Amino acid sequence: MEVLDAGVLTTVQDLGRPGWAHLGVPRSGALDAPALRLANRLVGNEEHAAGLETTLDGVRFRLDRAATVAVTGAHCVVRVAGRAVAWGAGVTVPAGAEVDVGAATSGLRSYVAVAGGVDVEPVLGSRSTDLLAGLGPPVLAGGQRIPLGPPRPAPHGVETVPPAVRSTIRLRLGPRADWFTPASVDALDAATYAVGPDSNRIGLRLVGRSIERAVDLELPSEGMVLGAVQVPPGGQPVVFLHDHPTTGGYPVVAVVVTADLPVCAQARPGDRLTLRVVG
Amino acid sequence: MPHNGGVRTRRVGERGLLVECADGAEAAAAYAALRAVADRVRAVDIVPAARTVLLDGLDDVEAVEALVTGLEPGPAAESPPPGRLVEIPVVYDGPDLAEVAGQWGVEIDDVVRIHEEIEFVVAFCGFAPGFGYCTGLPADREVRRRSEPRARVPAGAVGLAGPYTCVYPTASPGGWQLIGTTTTRVWRPELDAPALLAPGTRVRFIHA
Repeated sequence: MEVLDAGVLTTVQDLGRPGWAHLGVPRSGALDAPALRLANRLVGNEEHAAGLETTLDGVRFRLDRAATVAVTGAHCVVRVAGRAVAWGAGVTVPAGAEVDVGAATSGLRSYVAVAGGVDVEPVLGSRSTDLLAGLGPPVLAGGQRIPLGPPRPAPHGVETVPPAVRSTIRLRLGPRADWFTPASVDALDAATYAVGPDSNRIGLRLVGRSIERAVDLELPSEGMVLGAVQVPPGGQPVVFLHDHPTTGGYPVVAVVVTADLPVCAQARPGDRLTLRVVG
Repeated sequence: MPHNGGVRTRRVGERGLLVECADGAEAAAAYAALRAVADRVRAVDIVPAARTVLLDGLDDVEAVEALVTGLEPGPAAESPPPGRLVEIPVVYDGPDLAEVAGQWGVEIDDVVRIHEEIEFVVAFCGFAPGFGYCTGLPADREVRRRSEPRARVPAGAVGLAGPYTCVYPTASPGGWQLIGTTTTRVWRPELDAPALLAPGTRVRFIHA
């Protein structure tokens, strides 16, 4: 694969490197994991194969050999040699044809799977680029050539198209909801927050009603999970995404349910998200 | 929130459990005890920290909650089996030696002697991959961080902050007081055991 234009931020992602958090290694991996899994299934790859994760404005590339390609996640126009082709489906791309994954028309991150998968050298069992710890391959750049693995037989059957972009994220309270005022915790349910412009693969910054502390202590650093809603002293929450640090020193008021992490992955700066407390 | 002795648990999302301990020693003991029964805990990640152990990616949170609260915080749990000992040769040429000597009210040579006399234990990793927080400094030897962090601290820098000493595994920004450097590589992601200073490891710093 030859990258022609990498867009603002395109990275190689698989399902990350869980299991190393005790050594300070972030899990990393595709932020919208179900979308990457789907893209891989559509081209006959194992679900954990590495693909590309784009950010807002897509990616352009060319393949040395004919291969099946699928684009999922954020909706966008996909063109092969200038002609529009299906989004969310396996598409046969002839050798040398330019693939243009367009800017996201809704959502933020599109996923590109190519039959055989991106075959860069794994680090700690994963090919994911980790933007916090600097592990894995560098961010994609125009002109770069990326190795692909051997393709497997094309898949059979039909895949359901994932639901449209949602705007509600469900939370389970804890582990440290008791560090905040009851009024602040009660107010989380049905609260609406805007997505901050400095959100990234490490965290989704939410802007809205402050979450007030009831406990005025310093929290000794403790282990952090994916989806943790951490509240720094300013009271504006941050949802930890896949490149989050393994430990943190601010209390976590709640954790986003796993099924709603793709909502966080696809939320654009300025989007409004409604919280729901479910446990 | 169930608790037993000094240990209590807190639910973390759908598949996580935070084991909260009274202090760092108890957290280290709980980490060792949980690693010893890892086949029953079956967590994706077991993450020790200053006063807690996080169990993440559990299949059966309730069963593990019962297992954890049933762990006896007796004498056996207070003295986990000693970890492997590593020696790290250090050239004590750090730019903050005088600052640390000032904070401790001793001569620079004493800073080196004190640092070399202690057998440290890695309590947990964080901040960066392979960055081990080594405990063992006596309470009266805690060190205040630099008021302005450095934009870049090189890999191999040996530092002190709070109750910990460390070796920077990779170049990064950092606010620890730097007392020396080592050529020992403490982070080698190409290895099966990539972190030399993994939790539980005993560490001695010796003259290079």
